[in-house]
Amino acid sequence: METLMFYILSVVTVGSAVFVVLLRRPVYNVLFMILTMIGLAGFFILLRAEFVAMVQLIVYAGAIMVLFLFVIMLLNIDQIRPPVQARDIRWWAGALIAFALFGLILVVIKGIVLPAMETAVVAGQSNTELVAKELFTTYLLPFEIASVLLLAAIIGTVVLIRKQS
Amino acid sequence: MDQGLVIPALLVVVKVLLLLGAVLTFVAYATLLERRVLGFIQVRLGPNRVGPWGLLQPLADGAKLLLKEEVTVSQATKPVYLVAPLIVVVCALVPFGVIPFAKGLGLESILGPMADRFSLNTGVISDVNVGILLIFAISSLGAYGVLLGGWSSNNKYSLLGGVRAGAQMISYELALSLSVLGVLLLAGSLSLVDIVEAQDKVWKWYIFRQPLGFLLFLIAGAAEIGRTPFDLLECENELVAGYQTEYSSMKFGLFYLGEYAHLLFLSALVTTLFLGGWQGPILPPAVWFLGKMFLFAFFFIWVRGTYPRLRYDRVMKFGWKVLLPVGLFNVMVTALVYTIYLQHGG
Repeated sequence: METLMFYILSVVTVGSAVFVVLLRRPVYNVLFMILTMIGLAGFFILLRAEFVAMVQLIVYAGAIMVLFLFVIMLLNIDQIRPPVQARDIRWWAGALIAFALFGLILVVIKGIVLPAMETAVVAGQSNTELVAKELFTTYLLPFEIASVLLLAAIIGTVVLIRKQS
Repeated sequence: MDQGLVIPALLVVVKVLLLLGAVLTFVAYATLLERRVLGFIQVRLGPNRVGPWGLLQPLADGAKLLLKEEVTVSQATKPVYLVAPLIVVVCALVPFGVIPFAKGLGLESILGPMADRFSLNTGVISDVNVGILLIFAISSLGAYGVLLGGWSSNNKYSLLGGVRAGAQMISYELALSLSVLGVLLLAGSLSLVDIVEAQDKVWKWYIFRQPLGFLLFLIAGAAEIGRTPFDLLECENELVAGYQTEYSSMKFGLFYLGEYAHLLFLSALVTTLFLGGWQGPILPPAVWFLGKMFLFAFFFIWVRGTYPRLRYDRVMKFGWKVLLPVGLFNVMVTALVYTIYLQHGG
């Protein structure tokens, strides 16, 4: 059952990720990106990490992608036109770099022996509790640094908007 | 799948279908309730011709919607235009699965040892341990339905309505989740079943321990589902009918259904979080639950019959500059008081 779910989710996630790149209408790209995010949330549920799955849905599939969609709708970009001169030197350079990166990733992945699928279950403790405990003990410093970074980003946005008006 | 799982799995499907049927019936009658109550508030009768007291009106409405001509406007972006109403309805109905509507179903004798499988005997489809997060996750996906419906119609009124709806939902979702945080702190769980069980005495109901949170939740909830005075997504004097303008027949019917499912779901959620859910003396739990739920449905209709619509910029300002700070204040005070209480009396 879980294996079956894994393959279904994989097809959906990878398939929609491919469509994100291939389709030429920005709104469709965003829609397939949302589908990719939902697929990822499904993987987290398979790993028994319900909390992370829900956060994935709320933050990525919900909040962030809505903003993407908003901007694209309001700018009314209907089509991304393919570049006129299709295969110049930049195209080949890009292709080369992409393949080099793919090869590199392949080598790295081949080197790793993946452990059997481990689930995030600890007896008698809910997933949420576990995440919270780790965040506020082991990973307190990175957590605080991340929140300061986010604060800086918020202040940055406010400053940028002020300058224009 | 082994043999022992097939029958319980089938029973779960039956249970889901029964709940779905019940919810859809209540949704249909919520439309009648709205029209009758608004009628009485405005000193007129409301629909009373089809059946006694108009009780068959929802059936007539449904038949009408099904039989109407299906118009797909030529400028629409077809695939998105067709999917948008479905997203709205699915995202409005799925969250009912985590709302506990009764304690147990009392079927131990019939089900025997199967009762424990898939929590068949509990008064909830699935006791998810991150229930409240699931609700917020699904409802944030529901915003896409409205947004896409407005965009794909390729009509300026629809687009404006959709964008307004999207902006309003995002803004008020923050206030909504903040208002719930106080309850979650006190209950110490994200599961709705646990939250209801923590309110086993009337004075433990969170409406008394979290009065500010309750008020915030009511206001932010009404804005989230786009009820008057926050129904700017479809205000007819500016936007014709907002994102629904280009929809007809059953596609419009689906949006309409989603709207009333949202109304009932919000009422059910208020009941669960602040009024002890199915808890109550003498009467069976499900009756208490339905009674409280319809009390809130009535309340929202009453508000609609009483208050005029707000201006759009004021709605946004109110959400960000009033509800959000008050919500943060509520969470901080709750956390502080609760910590002191734990250190001294707990």
